[in-house]
Amino acid sequence: MKTLLSLAFHSAWNRKGTLMLMVVSIALSVMLLLGVEQLRAGVRNGFSQSVSGTDLVIGARTSPIQLMLYAVFRLGDATHNMHWSSFEKLAGRPAVAFAIPISLGDSHQGFPVIGTQLSYFEHFRYGDKRVLEFMQGAPFADIFDTVIGAEVAEQLNYSLNTEIILSHGQGVHRLAEHEDKPFRVVGILKRTGTPVDRSIHVSLAAIEAIHLDWQAGAPMPGVSIPAQYVKKFNLQPKEITAVLIGLKSRSGVFQMQRYVNNFQDEPLLAVLPGVALGELWSIVSVVEKTLLAVSALVVTVGLSGLVAVVLAGLGERRRELAVLRSVGAGPLLVFMLLAIEGLLVVLLGALLGTLAVVAASSLAAPFLQAKFGLTVVFSGLTTQTQLLLAAVILAGALVSLIPGYRAYRMSLTDGLMPRL
Amino acid sequence: MPHAMTIEIDNLHYAWKRRSDFQLNIAELKIAHGEKVFLYGPSGSGKSTLLSLLGGVLLPQQGRIRILGKELTSLSSVARDRFRADHVGFLFQQFNLLPYLSVIDNILLPCRFSKLRCQRALQTETSLEKSAIRLLSQLQLDTGLIHQKVTELSVGQQQRVAAARAMIGQPELIIADEPTSALDSDRQVAFLDLLLAQCAASNASLLMVSHDRRLATRFSQTLAMHDLCAGVNPTMPFSS
Ligand SMILES: Nc1ncnc2c1ncn2[C@@H]1O[C@H](COP(=O)(O)OP(=O)(O)OP(=O)(O)O)[C@@H](O)[C@H]1O
Ligand SMILES: [Mg+2]
Repeated sequence: MKTLLSLAFHSAWNRKGTLMLMVVSIALSVMLLLGVEQLRAGVRNGFSQSVSGTDLVIGARTSPIQLMLYAVFRLGDATHNMHWSSFEKLAGRPAVAFAIPISLGDSHQGFPVIGTQLSYFEHFRYGDKRVLEFMQGAPFADIFDTVIGAEVAEQLNYSLNTEIILSHGQGVHRLAEHEDKPFRVVGILKRTGTPVDRSIHVSLAAIEAIHLDWQAGAPMPGVSIPAQYVKKFNLQPKEITAVLIGLKSRSGVFQMQRYVNNFQDEPLLAVLPGVALGELWSIVSVVEKTLLAVSALVVTVGLSGLVAVVLAGLGERRRELAVLRSVGAGPLLVFMLLAIEGLLVVLLGALLGTLAVVAASSLAAPFLQAKFGLTVVFSGLTTQTQLLLAAVILAGALVSLIPGYRAYRMSLTDGLMPRL
Repeated sequence: MPHAMTIEIDNLHYAWKRRSDFQLNIAELKIAHGEKVFLYGPSGSGKSTLLSLLGGVLLPQQGRIRILGKELTSLSSVARDRFRADHVGFLFQQFNLLPYLSVIDNILLPCRFSKLRCQRALQTETSLEKSAIRLLSQLQLDTGLIHQKVTELSVGQQQRVAAARAMIGQPELIIADEPTSALDSDRQVAFLDLLLAQCAASNASLLMVSHDRRLATRFSQTLAMHDLCAGVNPTMPFSS
């Protein structure tokens, strides 16, 4: 056994150039396969961590998935708003334990601005029913106070008392700025690994205030209301984007949902976050499966390449195998020698590919969050990933038997002077 | 030696699979212990095939082969490989060595497959390496080369390393298939002298195949392929 391994290793090392190329190609294909799977699991993980303890998400009538995407994940824009009076009616229902209003539409340097109430800091839950905690400062108290998420603070290098200017609309391309009404950072939240990290929280009154001199999404020409006078106006919001509702008892959730979906004053939609996510996954899973199938194909190509290379090398190694036979090696050793070589390459490739995926995961999460606002939570190799890895190695071991068998046949029929 | 005969062949018949144009038939061959046998015959007459049969790498379709009194044809495949490792040293025309092992590792290769040869190599020397070095110096090769890559050696040096490998651990039978034909004529004679001297020193039998009949004078016995086969197969196309 020692002889076998040492021979296999030395022989492979002697041809390391070609074999290293094979290792790299297998590593890349494994990286792709595991990467797709890790990303899939990471995105799901990230989404399902984003909200917990909220029984219903309510907004103007649209598709459930879209409502979830903008109300919870802060991806995309809301098409319609709902009236403040509707919010008050919903929040006043006896079954409701808490109601968090959410008003979207503004942004700062690409980060979404959330108009909400203090109930947000009290009742919002994420991950495993965890509450929002402050790294520094406290919830907003005055009208132009803001509380920022950890990612915002880190990326823009903001600290308490930094003054910031909000922009109208989403995205980095500034449509128009609310430069006459700067905000002051009064609180920075601890990192949560959810879209909260990317959010800038202000009061609903503040949202109202910065739009006092605006109409239909643009500043009213000739009208400008200085910041110090805004408190003289009625800052009661007229519209909000969505409501997150927690019920006193989960058993009332369907009754409440029915109540909202048949709401008298305006068309509203209530979704259960878990159900909407399930719907989202069933749509996305087609794409996921296609991606997985393509990467599985790439792995197959990689393994076929390996077999081709080892088989091609076999021709040149006939003399070597005959020499081994002459000093007493059996056909079985010849078989193992070739099989081990293939397996060695697959193992090395799989190892490198896995390391690359693990390394890439830690780099990918911040990149995806910064670039696409997508919160991806990687938590080691998932069971599914481990299964895929095992499958690749098993497949590698199986295909390595092919050159092994060829060499075995050859060593039985060649004699000691193989004709080259 | 418990058995006086090194090689005994009875009514051997061998044909390659899917090759109807060639067959090897040998009614009888006996080579006594300690003989130095020269075997010649034209190309394609089956010399190399015969050597593979003697090594137990190929099995005859009919007949019996006995080496050192052991009936190869009745041994299992594993036992035949083991027997070859223990008792037979092989030497080929060219590309005898594994390019990825050093000189010393190539020489000691048989010891990895045979405990017996390992033990014998250690009987006269305190370490395997010393045993290899002694063989190399007897074959007049610079012993400083032992850790060199074999691909950096000349063809003549490579042949002497291969000879050392065939002889390490003193196998009773050395089988050489045209070991000199890759060398120029001066070197051929020198190499042959070393080989014969070594076989004599370790008391091994030698069976050497060559086209070059001028070399035959140094051997104790000369055999022609067509004589071996004549009795059974008078219509062999290559009889000269
Ligand atoms: N591995 C093999 N498979 C099939 N046929 C073979 C094989 N090796 C040799 N032969 C055939 O067996 C016959 C004898 O070949 P062999 O190599 O034994 O001759 P040889 O006497 O050693 O010739 P040379 O002097 O050229 O080495 C030839 O016809 C050859 O084509
Ligand atoms: Mg030959």
